[in-house]
Amino acid sequence: MDLSTINPAILLASLMIASTPILLAAIGELVAEKSGVLNLGVEGMMITGAICGFIAAVETGSPTMGFLAAAVGGAVLSMTFGILTQFFLSNQVATGLALTLFGLGLSSLMGQSYVGLKPPPVGDINFGPLADIPFLGRVLFQHDAMVYVSILIVAAVWAFLKFTRAGLILRAVGESHGAAHALGYKVVAVRLAAIAFGGACAGLGGAYLSLVRVPQWTEGMTAGAGWIALAIVVFGSWKPWRVLIGAYLFGGVTVLQLNLQAAGVEVPVEYLSMSPYLITILVLVIMSSGRGRAALNAPASLGRTFHASS
Amino acid sequence: MADPLLKLDGLTKAYPGVVANDGVSFQIMPGEVHALLGENGAGKSTLVKMIYGLVKPDAGKMSMRGATYEPATPHAARASGVAMVFQHFSLFDALNVAENVALGMENPPKPRQLARRIREVSETYGLPLDPDRLVGDLSAGERQRVEIIRCLLQDPKLLIMDEPTSVLTPQEVDILFETLRKLQSEGTSILYISHKLEEIRALCDGATILRLGKVVGTCDPKATSAREMAELMVGTALHTPSREEKAPGEVVLKMTDLSVKSANPFGTSLKNVNLTVQAGEVVGIGGVAGNGQDELLAALSGEARVADAAVTLNGQPIGALGPNARRKLGLLAAPEERLGHAAAPDMSLTENALLTGAVREGLVSNGFLKWADAKSFAETIIEKFDVRTPGPENAARSLSGGNLQKFVIGREILQRPVCLVVNQPTWGVDASAAAAIRQALLDLAENGAALVVISQDLDELMEISDRFAALNEGRLSEPRPAKGLTVDEIGLMMGGAHDMEVAHVDG
Repeated sequence: MDLSTINPAILLASLMIASTPILLAAIGELVAEKSGVLNLGVEGMMITGAICGFIAAVETGSPTMGFLAAAVGGAVLSMTFGILTQFFLSNQVATGLALTLFGLGLSSLMGQSYVGLKPPPVGDINFGPLADIPFLGRVLFQHDAMVYVSILIVAAVWAFLKFTRAGLILRAVGESHGAAHALGYKVVAVRLAAIAFGGACAGLGGAYLSLVRVPQWTEGMTAGAGWIALAIVVFGSWKPWRVLIGAYLFGGVTVLQLNLQAAGVEVPVEYLSMSPYLITILVLVIMSSGRGRAALNAPASLGRTFHASS
Repeated sequence: MADPLLKLDGLTKAYPGVVANDGVSFQIMPGEVHALLGENGAGKSTLVKMIYGLVKPDAGKMSMRGATYEPATPHAARASGVAMVFQHFSLFDALNVAENVALGMENPPKPRQLARRIREVSETYGLPLDPDRLVGDLSAGERQRVEIIRCLLQDPKLLIMDEPTSVLTPQEVDILFETLRKLQSEGTSILYISHKLEEIRALCDGATILRLGKVVGTCDPKATSAREMAELMVGTALHTPSREEKAPGEVVLKMTDLSVKSANPFGTSLKNVNLTVQAGEVVGIGGVAGNGQDELLAALSGEARVADAAVTLNGQPIGALGPNARRKLGLLAAPEERLGHAAAPDMSLTENALLTGAVREGLVSNGFLKWADAKSFAETIIEKFDVRTPGPENAARSLSGGNLQKFVIGREILQRPVCLVVNQPTWGVDASAAAAIRQALLDLAENGAALVVISQDLDELMEISDRFAALNEGRLSEPRPAKGLTVDEIGLMMGGAHDMEVAHVDG
């Protein structure tokens, strides 16, 4: 065992990379759930985004095009969920599960001829002198654009929900769709928009895996990241900054346990592998305890089917 | 004579299988308080939804100040100066007062200005409100203030109020009326929907009466007696429940320092409730909704477990027993919410009869259901309580509210309870069915059962109770003989007017 091989700066830097896919997926799901839609298809939308982004990036040679295609692919897939649940009033839980299975199958079909290819590299943003600050420069200022975009999205979602009228309407729809309808707000339209946003974010998260984190295409490469994103939203009490903490915590423990494995710590590998899941859930449960307040923050209409009966 | 503010001409709206409104015409003058009267299901709600742009009429015209008025959405209606206070509040529990108000406005000002405006307007009209409080923490009366303030901030020309007083104490009703009169003096017209006839006589200038979707009459409420209006609404003469005086018997149900923590984060916990109910006695429990009624029912039915000695039935402690064990001993309950609490909406009436009747009616043997017996039990309920349905195989959801209410109350009564607890037994039930349910409850007491009737309808409680007590913020007042209680005394038992004050009429 040799813990000195673990470099804290590189550890923290790779934490941000490891967390970004989950953070993107979780913040999208947060918006969808705030509008009252429980979309369990995050995993399916992520992997569809991963392959859409991968194909587009390989074909055009541009990672930017890849990320755009991933967002569009995730949003399009989420619209099948949106149409089924919002117009045909299907059960959200069952439809979401089906979406995950469908996404996994669809992506492996689309990705058949892309196995083993290398995507065009995604360059780091040049912060000039900032990147040369000892330690901090390595941790914070030597990443690709998507890391910063994901943080900007979190900030934007937070400000949107807190300060804008549109955000207030979205929260109102998630809180009581009946009352929102009675006041003349278009519940279905708001929810479709939120689902599409959730799909686009999940797609971006997936593409980050296939274009930056791994970077190549393998079937089922999301490996449960979508489910962790769902859990982070719930245990983060539907608060954007808590979701960020949750995602970074998960990413951090993942990277740390990989490093520990490499350093040969005498703990069975299985325990190390399960540690990110356990620790993330534990910490978020403790943060969201004090049941009253957490219950208050849950959208009251979450998962309930809305039908304008009047 | 001036032009009418709003004129309805032949409005018709049909839903599959039912004509909700059939050629409804009437008009409202500027500054008039106009009452819209009718039983549940007479089409009042559909009519106001058309005026508020939520529902599109199939035929007929509306005009406002002579110009065609066809609101496609509530936004359009609000832009034309129509505002509405909903019967079931259109409020969002987890948002604060200011956010709720902003959601009901077309062009809300900046949050800080809005908070100031809310304070100003609420002071002027004697309805104090703190814009930063969460709506979920407000009392029913305060929530209604939020709705009213939301309307007032838009300077409405026509204010629609759908059963505004059903959740208020008598003192709060008086203050609301002061506010409405002040609005009226400023030239605002009010369309006031209610079936509380004395209120309408006190407040309104004109009335239109609906029955089965049609206008069956208009009257001047100040010159018409409440009974005449009631008979216009129902279409037949009313039967008033009656029974003979009888001395109550032994103590059946006893609650001692009963405290229950509410299961709902916005609910009210019960605090040290003490009450005894004797055989053959009806104890009425009043109070504004959300002051612990649901929790009291849960504590008595067994849904919420309490300390064993806190509730006793015939001297036996039952506080720690669950609903079925209590049923076996004869303590039955019928909760307020019909669909989803008292009855399972998608299950048939037979299955619903089985769900609570299994224990006392012996509808189960060795874990197997006795379908034939269950069916005949359901048929007995349907026959004895005049439930209008094609048969017991129909889903509970398919019954109208009043019919289902007759079924769920009848189901408990026919199980020969030793003690029956009901919450809102006639909520949303038309007058003749309500009279039948009350009569059945009185007959049950006559036969020696102890009854606890929780209701928000004070007239009902005064009609059937022997003793009356009120719930206020989870505390139960000292019960008093119902005979001779005045409305003022009841109001004070219910907590008076909270912190409301009379509108500054000169403001």
